[in-house]
Amino acid sequence: MSFPDPIAVFRTEAAELLEQIETGLLDLNHDLADKEQVDAVFRGLHTLKGSGAMFGFEALAAFTHHCETAFDQVRKGIVPATHDLVTAVLGATDHMRALIETPNGDHEAASEVLLAGLRAAVAAAADPSQTPAAAAPAKPQDVGYRIRFSLPANAMANGTNPLGLLDELAELGTCRIRADKSDIPSLDLIVASDLHVRWDVELLTDQPRSAIEDVFIFVMDEMQLDIAALSPNPAAAPAAVPAVAAPVSSATPAPVVAAPTPAPALASAPAPAPATAPVPAETRQNETKQAKSAENVRVPAERLDELMDRVGELVIAQSRLSQLANSSADLQLRAVSEDVERLSGELRDTMMVLRMVPVAHLFSRFRRLVHDLAIETGKKIELITEGETTEVDKSVVERLADPLVHLVRNSCDHGLETPEERIAAGKPAAGRIYLTARQQAGEVIITIRDDGRGINRERVRAKAEASGLIASNATLSDQELLQLIFQPGFSTAQQVTNLSGRGVGMDVVKRTIDALRGTINVASQNGEGSNISLAIPLTLAIIDGLLVRVGNGRYVIPLSAVEECLELSLDEDMRSRGRSFISLRDSLVPFIRLRDLFRTGTKPDPFQKVVVISTGAERVGLVVDQIIGDHQTVIKGMSKLHHDVATFSGATILGDGGVALILDVGHLVAAGQQQEAQLRAAG
Amino acid sequence: MSQAQRNLAEDLWNGREEVEVLTFDIAGEMFALEAVKVQEILDLLPETTVPGAKPFVGSVINFRGKVIPLADIRLAFGMEATKPTIDSRIIVIELDIDDEPTLTGIRTDKVNEVTTLMKAAGEPPPSVGMRWRPDFIDCLVRRGGEFIIIPNLHTIFSAQQERMPNQPLQA
Repeated sequence: MSFPDPIAVFRTEAAELLEQIETGLLDLNHDLADKEQVDAVFRGLHTLKGSGAMFGFEALAAFTHHCETAFDQVRKGIVPATHDLVTAVLGATDHMRALIETPNGDHEAASEVLLAGLRAAVAAAADPSQTPAAAAPAKPQDVGYRIRFSLPANAMANGTNPLGLLDELAELGTCRIRADKSDIPSLDLIVASDLHVRWDVELLTDQPRSAIEDVFIFVMDEMQLDIAALSPNPAAAPAAVPAVAAPVSSATPAPVVAAPTPAPALASAPAPAPATAPVPAETRQNETKQAKSAENVRVPAERLDELMDRVGELVIAQSRLSQLANSSADLQLRAVSEDVERLSGELRDTMMVLRMVPVAHLFSRFRRLVHDLAIETGKKIELITEGETTEVDKSVVERLADPLVHLVRNSCDHGLETPEERIAAGKPAAGRIYLTARQQAGEVIITIRDDGRGINRERVRAKAEASGLIASNATLSDQELLQLIFQPGFSTAQQVTNLSGRGVGMDVVKRTIDALRGTINVASQNGEGSNISLAIPLTLAIIDGLLVRVGNGRYVIPLSAVEECLELSLDEDMRSRGRSFISLRDSLVPFIRLRDLFRTGTKPDPFQKVVVISTGAERVGLVVDQIIGDHQTVIKGMSKLHHDVATFSGATILGDGGVALILDVGHLVAAGQQQEAQLRAAG
Repeated sequence: MSQAQRNLAEDLWNGREEVEVLTFDIAGEMFALEAVKVQEILDLLPETTVPGAKPFVGSVINFRGKVIPLADIRLAFGMEATKPTIDSRIIVIELDIDDEPTLTGIRTDKVNEVTTLMKAAGEPPPSVGMRWRPDFIDCLVRRGGEFIIIPNLHTIFSAQQERMPNQPLQA
């Protein structure tokens, strides 16, 4: 076991925190009164400050502190949240990233500028009635409180450090702390990691009650907290007792003065862990509890890939075992084999789920992008996302990020009009971009739709002709014309802007999607916007397949492409000598005899089957000798030596150790059409 | 051409005076490959024909959970196909194809032994009197009145990638 670099761990964590903060800020920007988001942002900033300081990112902690202070005021209702404030803090989050990346860099000046902006925003927000220095509205009187609290027994095991809480209380004012040790069991019953001490604090402070509650904000959910205001008179009492030397009065409670010493030490001495991991552990725990995220384990992706390989091998070994078992009469062997089959099936399913991540993570970054683009272009843009829970294989999600950025930028920059143009066209001033994901059969469809001006077909054509992509009078279908925008070097923007228009990008989109074995579909209505949808296979590792036999060879057809299977009746077979069509529920479906295509040289089985597959718009029947059944297909790549064979997208290993080739449905249909054309040409 | 051959031959010896090789028979000729390049020697396995692939790599096999191509280098040398016998074996080697290490099986009629070849006994392939493409052969090594052929797999495999050798290749 190697220890991960703590700094690296902090960086990943900080990146996540910043993302959360950003999301919170953007949500807040939509609804400034959203108290929950204010709290979320505050908690995020607080955690970031705490763990930053802990890992030695002093500049980050100091800088974040100011943002936190600003949000604290918002949270307490001293200043209202404003768009300016949100923008200021958004800008600040970028600076925090820089501070995390290069903690020793020279960020002083930038920090100052941002903080000045922040202060101005706070002042402006507070302006109407309050003074700019909103931090201290009116000096309140010192008030005495009696605070009794007890933490859950497992608090320290979870990383909460009671001493930290006591310290924070002590910072609020003069306080007197007593530990109530009445719950400490006899020595033989003590669980070293449990917390057995309760505290009783008398505090004299000028801070409001909420400040005391804030001390416990991260543990509030599980603890018992009782805050009672002391009557003004005895309020003087705790103040009179100096915080340093408070003698004991009652028999049981030992004196624990503000200085963090004995009582918790008693509990924590055998288990020093809480003492060494104080603030961040505590806040991290809070994060899991209060933010929506569940408990997570970080695993490098390559380990998942390794595991995936092993599971693939196990699936293959298991099908060998079940074949052996089924051919033997040993009932016990069969029972074991069935168990193994069930287990490996479950393992495979779990494994697949492990690799699936919701696209929400991918989508969230676009909110910031659109926010920034709106400011940059001076357009009003709303981003509406749908289907964030749709799950895709991790490797697919990662590779989708860049193409989507290009597409969203394009929509913002080229697609949407300026508010004036939109109003003139009778549309609402704010342009809308819809980013949606949904699952359809074995594919994920991701759609980017805008309600902008749409793609100008004349301009596309003119541009394509000018750059020699098409002949000047070429006849193109609408889809072909629209697909031209994915050609390298193609751009219809009249001027190159900061954002797009250089003609790089769209061809990168196309190439990436091709590499993922996906397809792009473009639709556009002049004046009403455009719609680009990407269809991507769910996974690149294991697919459900239909195992068939053609001649002596076995082949896998991806089940997601299979529509139905039927028998090729002798009648149809004979009749179809001249034409390769069968009629299927009143529509004609062309078919390909795989035996002919593969030149098996064997006799056809007497009862041949037709597997009807669909490739987008087209339906095609594949004539096979036998349908063996469905098959969990672990995709193995073919070597470079077979890259010229387009009919197959890969291979898989069967239960008996044999190899079956996986049909590439798209290419197969193309090959079939070619063959058909040759047949026609031959007469 | 002869300069290139010499370079290739020197590649095999790599400055050494002797090299350990694995010798095997294909269609009555004895071949040898450097022993360290050989991953494994397998009994014949069930093969899966890849329709549409070049005959030189017309099928694939399952090698320890990996799907690897099975090459028939006799087609590169225009030799007669021989029936599999009890001695037939598959030699698995690792080859760089387009800078990607690729495991490949090679069909042989018989695997003989691991032996040491002396550089002194080696000769570049003669430019006449041979029915094989000279650049397919790294060098010939004399041993006991026979010649052992050291094939240049790199050239053979890249040649097969470039074109469809429907007919046996002949010089």
